[in-house]
Amino acid sequence: MGLPKEEFYVSGARNCAGCGFPTIIRIVTKAAGKNTIIVNATGCMEVVSTPYPQTAWKLPWVHAAFENAAAVASGVEAALKKLKKDANVIVFGGDGGTYDIGFQALSGMMERGHNVLYICYDNEAYENTGIQRSSSTPKFSWTTTTPIGKKIRGKRRWKKPITEIMAAHGSPFVATASPHLHMDLFNKVKKALSIKGPKFMKVLSPCVIGWKIPSNKTIEVEELAVESGVFPIYEIVNGKLTINYKPKKLRPVKEYLMMQGRFKHLNEKEIRSIQERVNKYWKYLLNLEKLDNAFFV
Amino acid sequence: MVGIKKVEYGKKQVLSTSDAIAYAVRLCEPKVTAVYPITPQTWIAEKITELINNGEMDSELILVESEHSSCSAILGAAATGVRTFSATSSQGLALMNEVLHVLSGMRLPSVFAIASRALSSPINIWADHSDMMNSRDTSWIQLFCESAQEAHDTIIQAYKISEKALLPVFVVVDGYTLSHVYEPVFIETKQKVKSFIGDYKPTHAYLDPKKPMTQGPIGYPSEYMDFKLEQQRAMNKALNVIKETNRKFKIKFGRSYGNGLIDERVRSKRVIIAMGSMCTTLRGLEKKYKKTKYEFSLIKIKSFRPFPKKELLRALSNATDIAVIDRAMSYGNAGPLFIEVSSALGEAGYRKRINNFIVGLGGREARIKDFEFIIKNIGRESYWINVNGGKNISFSAVI
Repeated sequence: MGLPKEEFYVSGARNCAGCGFPTIIRIVTKAAGKNTIIVNATGCMEVVSTPYPQTAWKLPWVHAAFENAAAVASGVEAALKKLKKDANVIVFGGDGGTYDIGFQALSGMMERGHNVLYICYDNEAYENTGIQRSSSTPKFSWTTTTPIGKKIRGKRRWKKPITEIMAAHGSPFVATASPHLHMDLFNKVKKALSIKGPKFMKVLSPCVIGWKIPSNKTIEVEELAVESGVFPIYEIVNGKLTINYKPKKLRPVKEYLMMQGRFKHLNEKEIRSIQERVNKYWKYLLNLEKLDNAFFV
Repeated sequence: MVGIKKVEYGKKQVLSTSDAIAYAVRLCEPKVTAVYPITPQTWIAEKITELINNGEMDSELILVESEHSSCSAILGAAATGVRTFSATSSQGLALMNEVLHVLSGMRLPSVFAIASRALSSPINIWADHSDMMNSRDTSWIQLFCESAQEAHDTIIQAYKISEKALLPVFVVVDGYTLSHVYEPVFIETKQKVKSFIGDYKPTHAYLDPKKPMTQGPIGYPSEYMDFKLEQQRAMNKALNVIKETNRKFKIKFGRSYGNGLIDERVRSKRVIIAMGSMCTTLRGLEKKYKKTKYEFSLIKIKSFRPFPKKELLRALSNATDIAVIDRAMSYGNAGPLFIEVSSALGEAGYRKRINNFIVGLGGREARIKDFEFIIKNIGRESYWINVNGGKNISFSAVI
């Protein structure tokens, strides 16, 4: 089975060559179909896709501010209920708008149980403002606010576990996905939209500028992120965790890291530390998978 | 919780101003209501949730996790194309500030009731207009009320104004000194209100998959400023919309509030300009001092935004001495209303004696003797009233 031909995000938008996000939008909207309303947080995507009087969106689309997309979506959903209209409500927010500044509004939306699918396109930094650290930025990564200094080398903390936090809200559907596994992403969106309630997905979205990769390497870097276990692909449906893609053997993280300029400063010790963390996390997920209810819903 | 007794529509009864507001909202039937608790607005939110939970009011209620989100949820609902309502005060309004600009910039109508209150710090839950003045440049219409009845009626007017002007509206009552006051109020009937405000069916803002629309795009320097010019045009047009709505309201309901923008009942050479609940006290004193050497006339500013410059200048044409009472301060200069009035007079080339009184910040009592001091000092020095243990301190002495 392939993807539907109809496009809802048209060509000609001002994304950077190699930007991870248009692939995500195209797959997500193909899965969601015409009867869909998009709420967009402030970020690259809103900027590149709607330079007035142009728009790249063939779906109803609304943007208000950086931190409030989940709250705006709550209002959209409430209004639809009263209008007795049934449409998918999908939020797109970057990691800054999701993990950090929009976290409260997102938590509120999840707790109140709005029938909304929130999709975080995770490019692991504030790329729109010029590559600053977010709580999604990987440990040791270079950004413009985590420079590689003599005293402090890159980001000092591990990435915030956003999917687990969302699952702990009691969401009926939480998942990760990567656009290089396009049918997995497509099917997950379909599945999410078939479930009523607040859903959350984190989708890997490489940024060629921030990650310092050539613009023809986006899909390759996505693939290595998943094959190395840096970005595991799983879903949590009603609290039950399933790893959807298990590489036969995890590839060394070094391969993934060395593809990217943001990690080129790493020494062996730092690479080892990342490798150990990835191994530990993979094991942790395998353990969670054995449980009937990894999260309480 | 107050107001246990059943309210009767189409009848006069004693109610708190908060309840008078809540019942007006219920009559206007916003499809989405989003509220978050903050003193002293909370009575409004509580009454509305009670009405919704009892099935007396048909509105989708969103009990948000902050005022930033209540304003954002209202924005989302209004962008989808429905009538909306929220209420807040003080820090809550300050927290919303970012989204207030976005909502008005997107030209989405909405009505928010504000029980106006001081801003921190120090934290203080009592009345003043600091929260409203902090929202001055958000491109929201600001209508200040003086009584429970005016608040009830202004909510009804506000929906009509908002949906005609395509600008959101604040209906303002002073926290506690009006929001928690019980007064006789005539509660209108659904039928009459419905025929007055009609249905809201926007053609400029909706989210419909059958007719996709992009709302809230980025405006480059080549576009942004023209949007802002349109906003100013809308505010200018709103002056007439407010007046016209007040006039039609009078025909339909038999009540009106000045010309909708300002309320001046008599004219004298000595004038006091004020907003909100203190106007009632001043009106009593206006009668008391009539035909004495301290005779003055009160001009109540009902619409602070848009500012009714033309109407105000007309009302002041024969005035020689003017006092402006502010319940807020623009630190480093003077009271915000004083600055507005001075600017209007200056622009028109009027030369009048004008002074400013800073009164009742954070619920500081404004006593009859304070107003009497003001009445006797119209057009002279400017003062902070009832400070440092009951003293009046002139602006020039604040060093």
